[in-house]
Amino acid sequence: MSRYLLHRLWQSAVTLILATIVVFAGVRALPGDPALALAGEDRDPESLRAIREQYGLDDSWLVQFWQFVSHAARGDLGQSIRTGEPVNGMIAGALPVTIELSVLAILVAGVIGVGAGVIAAVRRGRPAEWAANALALLGLSVPNFWLGLMAILYLSVALGLFPASGFVPFFTNPVANLHHLVLPAMILGTGLAAVIMRQTRSSMLDALSADYIRTAEAKGLSPRAVIGRHALRNSLIVVVTIVGLQLGALISGAVVTERIFALPGFGKLTVDAVFQRDYPVIQAVVLVTATAYIVINLLVDLLYSVIDPRIRVRGES
Amino acid sequence: MSSVLEVRDLSVSFRTEDGSLSAVDRVSLEVGASEVLAIVGESGCGKSVTAMSLAGLLPRSARVDGSVRLDGVELIGADKRTLRSIRGREIAYIFQEPMTSLNPVFTVGSQIGEVLRTHLGASRQAARARSIELLKLVGIPSAERRVDDYPHQLSGGMRQRVMIAMAVACDPKVLIADEPTTALDVTIQAGILDVLRGLRERLGTSIVLITHDLGVVADLADRVAVMYAGRVVETAEVHELFAHPQHPYTTGLLGASPAAGRHADTHRLDEIPGLVPTLSVQPDACTFADRCGQAVDTCTTSQPQLTRSDHGLACWNPVGVS
Repeated sequence: MSRYLLHRLWQSAVTLILATIVVFAGVRALPGDPALALAGEDRDPESLRAIREQYGLDDSWLVQFWQFVSHAARGDLGQSIRTGEPVNGMIAGALPVTIELSVLAILVAGVIGVGAGVIAAVRRGRPAEWAANALALLGLSVPNFWLGLMAILYLSVALGLFPASGFVPFFTNPVANLHHLVLPAMILGTGLAAVIMRQTRSSMLDALSADYIRTAEAKGLSPRAVIGRHALRNSLIVVVTIVGLQLGALISGAVVTERIFALPGFGKLTVDAVFQRDYPVIQAVVLVTATAYIVINLLVDLLYSVIDPRIRVRGES
Repeated sequence: MSSVLEVRDLSVSFRTEDGSLSAVDRVSLEVGASEVLAIVGESGCGKSVTAMSLAGLLPRSARVDGSVRLDGVELIGADKRTLRSIRGREIAYIFQEPMTSLNPVFTVGSQIGEVLRTHLGASRQAARARSIELLKLVGIPSAERRVDDYPHQLSGGMRQRVMIAMAVACDPKVLIADEPTTALDVTIQAGILDVLRGLRERLGTSIVLITHDLGVVADLADRVAVMYAGRVVETAEVHELFAHPQHPYTTGLLGASPAAGRHADTHRLDEIPGLVPTLSVQPDACTFADRCGQAVDTCTTSQPQLTRSDHGLACWNPVGVS
């Protein structure tokens, strides 16, 4: 197992280095000059040069890349070109918001998706399946931003059940924190639930037609044990894969939802940085996202071996 | 001999997209205490469907009529709760495919223990201890270690032994073994048959053995029911059947199985021409008539009924009689 883990860590390092190079080059290939963006109205060549010099933008790409990598390796992601703030602090402020939102959304998606998927598989060809399928189709086709706006309009503005926007840190006031995040998490979660539901349904149908299910029934087990233990456990690999992918996507891309609910999260930070050509922030954001993906993938792979013993043995050999 | 399992006029049909499909037609069987009844026939003759219908294990598309009594308790039409309490406890199953019949994500110990916990309310520790005993009973070496193995760590023969251990965990009255040795090597087969024989002797379990292998029948069975196209065509005590087969289908089956010396001159087994028919409705005729070498006019116009005697027969023109 430890050899497997080492192998995975080595793979992760390579991925991370490649991601860094791609982002570094990609950001600089974008049209637009950060010096111009910073200078604003004042565009005389002298002040532009001063700005370039101050931020090392006149160095060659190689030098800039080395600066970035060597600092990042020491845990220093540089300073925002826009505000001069340390990027570390900006990320430390935004990341927890997004992680909390993502985890809540995945919880919502998992509970609804797995539940509806199991029901759809077990009640195949009956009204319950049609209802679950219809809901899934609705969840997939209704855009998050529209659902978010409607939720704000009806639940926040008209009924006043939830705050329409803003954020309170968890350690300042946990209740207010959750109160602010319930609505965005529900909005994000219901969309993802549809995908989880479809995948759970199909893998449950596979599992339910397996010989070991017939054995479980012949043993006289209750439907709950047959479905919930024997079939679901075998379907979980697929569900865990999907959840892992979605969690990664959420951390990097809950942009729209964060915007609608005015949450100071990672999505907002990314979009602002891109618009302002804030190179250090963009680089840092992508680096953190790539790391998040790698960590989640690693966790998913480790979870596989917990769920299915056959994978455990393969990893060890 | 009083019968433990009594099947009367059991019929099974399936609803399919192409209409109804008859799989089993008015089958009657009896199994006495610690008796081994073999049901033999070709693929598609309805023997597995018969086995599955006994404890209500068929899918919802199946329509089951007739009567199945286990120690006098009627199982056809019984509510699900009653059936669940009987499955695994009074009627237990062993299936053909040991490779896929065990759940890959649970240890064999937990899968055996599950039966004990469900039916007998055993504690985790008690179930584990009993699982080890059961693994020993079916001849699994170093059972204390094997109890924590996952199915993929065991060979096919070992997995089938685990299936048997699971089936006999609650000391059932009837064990239904559906082609228990078909997927296994010949050497492994003998070991599995020994285990089944031992269980019958030690625990007095009645066994319904579903097979197409007449060697297995000769080895283990007390009585035989020959099935063809959903009907029992001949039933007799095992030695009687092998010595004096009367139905042309039975003689065909015996002729198609290899035996030392018998086919030495031709180098070829005798085969029965044609295939088992797929029937939407059971006809008022002998279903074997089309493939039968000695069919007479009556065979295609009227259905022969199984005679109720020690050597039951459903044939208008039996072998060695006319």
